[in-house]
Amino acid sequence: MYEILERRRLVPNLHLLRVRAPETARACRPGQFIMVMIGPDGERVPLSIADWDAVEGSVTAVFLIVGTSTQKLARLRAGDRLHVCAGPLGKPSEIAGFGTVLLVAGCYGIAALYPAARALRQAGNRLVLLADVKAGHLLYWEDRYRNLCDRIVVASRDPGAPFQEFASHAVSNVAAKEASLGRVLVSGCAYLLAAVSEATRPLGLRTIVSLNPIMVDGTGMCGACRCSIGGNTRFACVDGPDFDGHQVDWPELFRRRAAYLDDEVRSLCRFEKESLP
Amino acid sequence: MTDEKKPCDPSDRDRIRVEYDRDWRRELRRSMTPKDRIRIPRQPMPQRDAFTRGRDFAEVNLGLSPEAARSEARRCLDCAAPGCISGCPVAIDIPTFIKQIERGEFAAAGRTLKTTNSLPAVCGRVCPQETQCESVCNLKRAAGVPVAIGHLERFAADFERSAASAPCCRPDPGAVKVAVVGSGPAGLTAAGELARKGYAVTVFEALHEAGGVLAYGIPEFRLPKEVLRAEVECLRGLGVEMRLNFIVGRTATLDQLRDEGFRAFFIGTGAGLPNFMKIPGENLVGVYSANEYLTRVNLMRARDFPAVDTPVPRARRAAVIGGGNVALDSVRTARRLGAEPAMIIYRRSRQEMPARIEEIKHAEEEGVEILLLTAPVCYKGDEKGRLRSMVCLRMELGAPDSSGRRRPVPIPGSEFEIEIDLAVVAVGQSPNPLLFECQPELRRGRWGTIEVEENTLAASAPGVFAGGDIVRGGATVILAMGDARRAAAGIEAYLREEHDS
Ligand SMILES: Cc1cc2nc3c(=O)[nH]c(=O)nc-3n(C[C@H](O)[C@H](O)[C@H](O)COP(=O)(O)OP(=O)(O)OC[C@H]3O[C@@H](n4cnc5c(N)ncnc54)[C@H](O)[C@@H]3O)c2cc1C
Ligand SMILES: Cc1cc2nc3c(=O)[nH]c(=O)nc-3n(C[C@H](O)[C@H](O)[C@H](O)COP(=O)(O)OP(=O)(O)OC[C@H]3O[C@@H](n4cnc5c(N)ncnc54)[C@H](O)[C@@H]3O)c2cc1C
Ligand code: SF4
Ligand code: FES
Repeated sequence: MYEILERRRLVPNLHLLRVRAPETARACRPGQFIMVMIGPDGERVPLSIADWDAVEGSVTAVFLIVGTSTQKLARLRAGDRLHVCAGPLGKPSEIAGFGTVLLVAGCYGIAALYPAARALRQAGNRLVLLADVKAGHLLYWEDRYRNLCDRIVVASRDPGAPFQEFASHAVSNVAAKEASLGRVLVSGCAYLLAAVSEATRPLGLRTIVSLNPIMVDGTGMCGACRCSIGGNTRFACVDGPDFDGHQVDWPELFRRRAAYLDDEVRSLCRFEKESLP
Repeated sequence: MTDEKKPCDPSDRDRIRVEYDRDWRRELRRSMTPKDRIRIPRQPMPQRDAFTRGRDFAEVNLGLSPEAARSEARRCLDCAAPGCISGCPVAIDIPTFIKQIERGEFAAAGRTLKTTNSLPAVCGRVCPQETQCESVCNLKRAAGVPVAIGHLERFAADFERSAASAPCCRPDPGAVKVAVVGSGPAGLTAAGELARKGYAVTVFEALHEAGGVLAYGIPEFRLPKEVLRAEVECLRGLGVEMRLNFIVGRTATLDQLRDEGFRAFFIGTGAGLPNFMKIPGENLVGVYSANEYLTRVNLMRARDFPAVDTPVPRARRAAVIGGGNVALDSVRTARRLGAEPAMIIYRRSRQEMPARIEEIKHAEEEGVEILLLTAPVCYKGDEKGRLRSMVCLRMELGAPDSSGRRRPVPIPGSEFEIEIDLAVVAVGQSPNPLLFECQPELRRGRWGTIEVEENTLAASAPGVFAGGDIVRGGATVILAMGDARRAAAGIEAYLREEHDS
């Protein structure tokens, strides 16, 4: 059992979760994820590691409420216990001196890219954050990034905002202003990953996406997370989750992510009927 | 590594001899002539009828009644040179436990099993006794039908489980620490053996339940979870610590564990990586590895969805590719979840099917269809990427291949299409490479297995031993347990030597 130290709403629908998991906290590296299970009847939910504290023995993730499991997670509070918190899983992100790195982040990805940003900064890179949010008030952790990034661009759909467009459209614009752009890192919803990859393809910019197919065990044992990378099948949980965005078969990823849509809706309806007044 | 029957080691032989010579055994042997024993018919295993059991996940086999068990036990000749023991990879003193059943001392029989087998209630259910102990039972040679050793093993183990309170002991505070990686039958057996030798054993398991394939793969209709849990509890009672949700290689490396004071390691990480066939359409929605399908239903209990949160497809028409135990477990699961038809697609003929005969028989009784000499060529999907059909080729058997089995050869132009909405690929597993990323020094074999020294099962790094599917590729529960038992002896010898020098 893993004690929840904190569960807090950051912005509407996005919550921070800090869990006591000392062994995992000691081993975390940027780009990895944890598997959590709320109770014995829960499913195994993969969440990117957004931060950790080896001294306190805690691991932090940020999640978006989308379905039953994340609804349930959002109702837990400090002192409650998770049945499972396993990790860190997945290969760590590649950290090196790339010159300038553009971080494109939306939704939970803003938190998920934070450890990589920290490590890339330490490795001497110039960092640019391009945050994709529906509206300005949905941006979070700007303060954290301000210490790391040389430039922060917010693409929001607020009327009158400077980048009133999707991040994928803003990418080439932002990239054009950067002389030594060595790499683009993308995290967030699958559509953002795909759209940014398509946008950087003609620019020949190396683009690494943190892929999020449906997973079960997260240890390479089931193949639920398989995806086609450059025509080869890969297991995202052990071969990834970082992959070259230009090599991903996106239509296949979207289809596989939608495999349980009917079941998910059924499960959510049942949950809401039981838990809402 | 070899599979052939190992003669049991000298300490086993002495232990067995002492029991054989006890007075009560002599008397029991004399109480009935071998001729009369041979005449007793073998007791059938009572089972639930195919119609009702094919709709739920309760156990198919019901177990022998005490009367039936004693009658079956009387068939055993209590041979002076028993074949059965040499057929058992963990050298269970088979005649002793059977004669204890004959005397009505069921709990004692259970204890006899436990002296060399940490998981007898599991083995009594899933071991292929027909190719192990029962294949070399002297009664088989004498009368054609061996003693039902497996059924008796199950009987005694179940009795002991329902009667016994778990023993409780703790290793000495100063005991040497040994780490076991993986909680499959190999890991659990190594843990039990080492704990009994007085070591402080910690089992590290990546998943949230102990048991390996026993927990996530083998369905409840063959091995109820509570049977496994009781065996695991028993190990806890011996002082074994279970650290679940701990991925060695990720949460900590072997070297880090060494720094924490673990002096020796047993690696039993199994062969969990599912193989696919690399044919077109394999990534369509509706095509599953057997591991994923079975994990969803067993470990995650998706059959109770939406009462639990993990879903599993309720297929109308299901095809399972493969002919082994894994394929049969998958197809029988699909059948129970409502598939009609639920088909096995196997490329060779029935004789070559590696699954246990009992499983094939049970599957057919439950309405499973078996398409032999058939192999999939590709899968086809609809515009949403959902599986709709499978194209197959008919095969014929050609000359024998390296495995001695006749090689299936496609018949040109024999393609045909089957409409399905679920395909489960059960064509074998490979060792899970997760651990090796941080332990490149471990020497590995051709298929990604760990190379070990034949007798002690020592791997190429000091203090590291390995056994089970990680060494053999896909094998069986009892071979994994046999390995673990030998490795535990190897570890003991290694630690003694280390201590002395
Ligand atoms: C490596 C990885 C890292 C991730 N990191 C984060 C994160 O940091 N924050 C966050 O909010 N989300 C993250 N996700 C996605 C998150 O796991 C899903 O949103 C979550 O499982 C949805 O569960 P649910 O029951 O609430 O929704 P459901 O109703 O079950 O599903 C809603 C949608 O989420 C996706 N999904 C469902 N189950 C899974 C699953 N087991 N694995 C992956 N996706 C699934 C599907 O596309 C589905 O249509 C990550 C996914 C992966 C694979
Ligand atoms: C569906 C199915 C049915 C079967 N039916 C039968 C049968 O009827 N009879 C029979 O004899 N055999 C059967 N087998 C084969 C048998 O189950 C295996 O040979 C046996 O389980 C191997 O045992 P093991 O301990 O080596 O590995 P496993 O049982 O595979 O256990 C390995 C364990 O190690 C864990 N692990 C892996 N990597 C790590 C890591 N890095 N850190 C921590 N933990 C890790 C895994 O999560 C797993 O729990 C069947 C197999 C399957 C899949
Ligand atoms: S070989 Fe058969 S008959 Fe002889 S002791 Fe073993 S089980 Fe009994
Ligand atoms: S989630 Fe099971 S193999 Fe990746």
